[in-house]
Amino acid sequence: MIRQKTASHSLELTKRRWAYTFLVVPILFYVVIRFYPTFYAFFLSTTDWDIVSKNKDFIGLENYRNLFSDALFWKTLGNTGKYVAYGLPVSLFLGFVIAYNIDRIRLGEGFFKAVYFIPYITSMVAVAWVWRWLYQPAPIGVFNKILMELELPQQKFLFSQTQAIFSILATTIWADIGFQMIIFLAGIKGISTQYYEAAEIDGAGNWDQLRYVTLPLLKPTIVFLIVTGTIRYLRIFTQVLNMSYQGEGGPLNSTKPLVLYIYDTAFRSFDMGYASAMTVVLFLIILTITLIQLRVMKSEE
Amino acid sequence: MGFHDTFFKEEHMKKKGFATIVLLVLLMAGNAFLFAGGQQDVKSTAGGGEVTEIVYWQYYYETKKDLVDTLIGMFEAENPDIKVVHQTFPYEQYNTKVASSVPSGTGPNVINLFYGWLPTYIDSGYLQPLPQQTFSNERIESEFFPLVSAAKFEGSYYALPTAVRSLALFWNKDLFKEAGLDPEQPPRTVAEMIGFAKKLTKTDRTGNYLQVGMTLELRAQMHQWLREVLLRQMGGAPYSDDNRTVTYANKAGYDAFRFFTNLHLVEKIGMPNFMTDDVTAFKSGTMGMTVDGSFRLGTLDAVSTLNYGVAELPEMNGVKSNFASFWANGITSYTTGKQLEASVKFLEFLTSDTAMAMWLKQVGELPAKKDLAMKDEYRNDPKYGPFIRGLEYAVATKFIDENVQRKVWIDAWDEVVLNGVSVEAAVNQAAKTEQQLLDNYYNK
Repeated sequence: MIRQKTASHSLELTKRRWAYTFLVVPILFYVVIRFYPTFYAFFLSTTDWDIVSKNKDFIGLENYRNLFSDALFWKTLGNTGKYVAYGLPVSLFLGFVIAYNIDRIRLGEGFFKAVYFIPYITSMVAVAWVWRWLYQPAPIGVFNKILMELELPQQKFLFSQTQAIFSILATTIWADIGFQMIIFLAGIKGISTQYYEAAEIDGAGNWDQLRYVTLPLLKPTIVFLIVTGTIRYLRIFTQVLNMSYQGEGGPLNSTKPLVLYIYDTAFRSFDMGYASAMTVVLFLIILTITLIQLRVMKSEE
Repeated sequence: MGFHDTFFKEEHMKKKGFATIVLLVLLMAGNAFLFAGGQQDVKSTAGGGEVTEIVYWQYYYETKKDLVDTLIGMFEAENPDIKVVHQTFPYEQYNTKVASSVPSGTGPNVINLFYGWLPTYIDSGYLQPLPQQTFSNERIESEFFPLVSAAKFEGSYYALPTAVRSLALFWNKDLFKEAGLDPEQPPRTVAEMIGFAKKLTKTDRTGNYLQVGMTLELRAQMHQWLREVLLRQMGGAPYSDDNRTVTYANKAGYDAFRFFTNLHLVEKIGMPNFMTDDVTAFKSGTMGMTVDGSFRLGTLDAVSTLNYGVAELPEMNGVKSNFASFWANGITSYTTGKQLEASVKFLEFLTSDTAMAMWLKQVGELPAKKDLAMKDEYRNDPKYGPFIRGLEYAVATKFIDENVQRKVWIDAWDEVVLNGVSVEAAVNQAAKTEQQLLDNYYNK
């Protein structure tokens, strides 16, 4: 009896050991590919390294001090804020509306799901370029061509300081809805029909069911989508790089997000130290926002 | 129980296996660091023979790579005691690759660099001055076009090009004919160019461009045209002689930029981003004239429907000017002894008339030596001729960061055209931003 127990105990131990072994591989991978460069960026942010020099001169917090007086840094930080503030709520709202309606139809559910999901799995570079052409002035741009047919004035879209950021956001949201929709749909399907039956017996109409049953029970889904969505919009990059001419985030930096500014500083101007300092700031912002959101979710539970 | 016995044996074996796997993983992770360090051997290793091996680096561009391979074959046949290892890297990774290997002395002996990067490389101590006994300043200055002085720092040359590039005017002959212009007569002055451009411009009822007269693409070559051509034609200069001071925040600068923005605002002969960019527009036959480099000839020749000609850049106020750029070959600072001798020989070969003539035919870039380029067969070539004639009066801007120095003009344009800011204010702002860049660099 005792002997058997030891045996099964050590079998358990071996199993666990193997599990750890397999976990060690990705962890080592993460340490080399992710954590090491991350911590190295903290170090680089205190140097004036320009990629080519032998020396990484320690300059303390000077990069951070320069950030404060760098108008472009604040501008791009503001733009990043705009992407999150406008993009996330709209894509969440539309994603939910679409999921809610797809859940109610019987015929062609798979078709609609596919139609809304395809943009999400399409390469962002391809999406960005197609939309960039759609936004062009009349001889090539479809949107302006339609406006002209309707005898309406042409719009500048990507070439306007005020419209450009919303033009890029429209593309982003279009591509993003599919993801929000599919997660919402999974959440909605996960709600037991008993709740709705009970609500119906109590005389609740569609609106009341939505308000008092569906939405409250979707809270974990919504929090998940907000957290992941915030991070995704904070890191917006590909579409701006591809939709603004030569990826400069123009006109006059009106669409340039912080990540693109970091990229420019690091890989076009080769100012690695300064770029690292901005990366650290972005890291802290993402960390703070995520912690706040997780705290909010916990306290409401 | 049999099961338990075998199990325990296996258990014992697995303990060893466990350790092995952990070790393996550690080894693999360690390898990643080794690879990142860019280990490679450049010492002469010829199994007893007296062969010196040197390494040559350039970025990957198919025609350039193929030609250098051919040239190395010829060079090695002439110099059986030298072996040249040719390595290429994608353009995007080139600087990073150089930065990770040259400091540790494991990079190339002879390296191909964009002339605009030279200041950084020289400051960092990666290049040595070219040896005076072979490449004396007098020899370089008498043989090469003056624009190679962009590779001269504190009295010494650090690199020499095989080929250079300059700008020229491209015009679409079919569109000229259609607009009632003589298809064989390109504009000779800027005023003429604008007159032609007006005739070449087509708009719809509401004033949208259907076809533009000429390129206004600051993001492409027009920032070079504005800086080194138009500004000089207006009597100004972009920088002081020592290159440390921006010198266009004055009447010449305002005049030049007002003239340029007015091409869109007043003359209405085009706009930036038309058809997304000027190369697309010119290729698709919706742009009458463009300004571009000799490297564009190949792209345009590939469009069978395009019937175009090439001319020297139009002059203005009797002033001709042009912008030139080049990739140059330097020798790394850790190259010494036999390898240095071999590298110098190889560099001499790369800058020989033979190499330059082959370069023009196969890559489409212009010979860097005056006497060769000015031979009648090149000088009067209908396509290369205008570029080569332009080299005589071309300037290679000593860029610190070409991206930033281009962007100040793009932003100035947007300020004037989109925001209605005055030309003076926009130019002053451009000068201020650019001066800051120069100060950061020179006062380091």
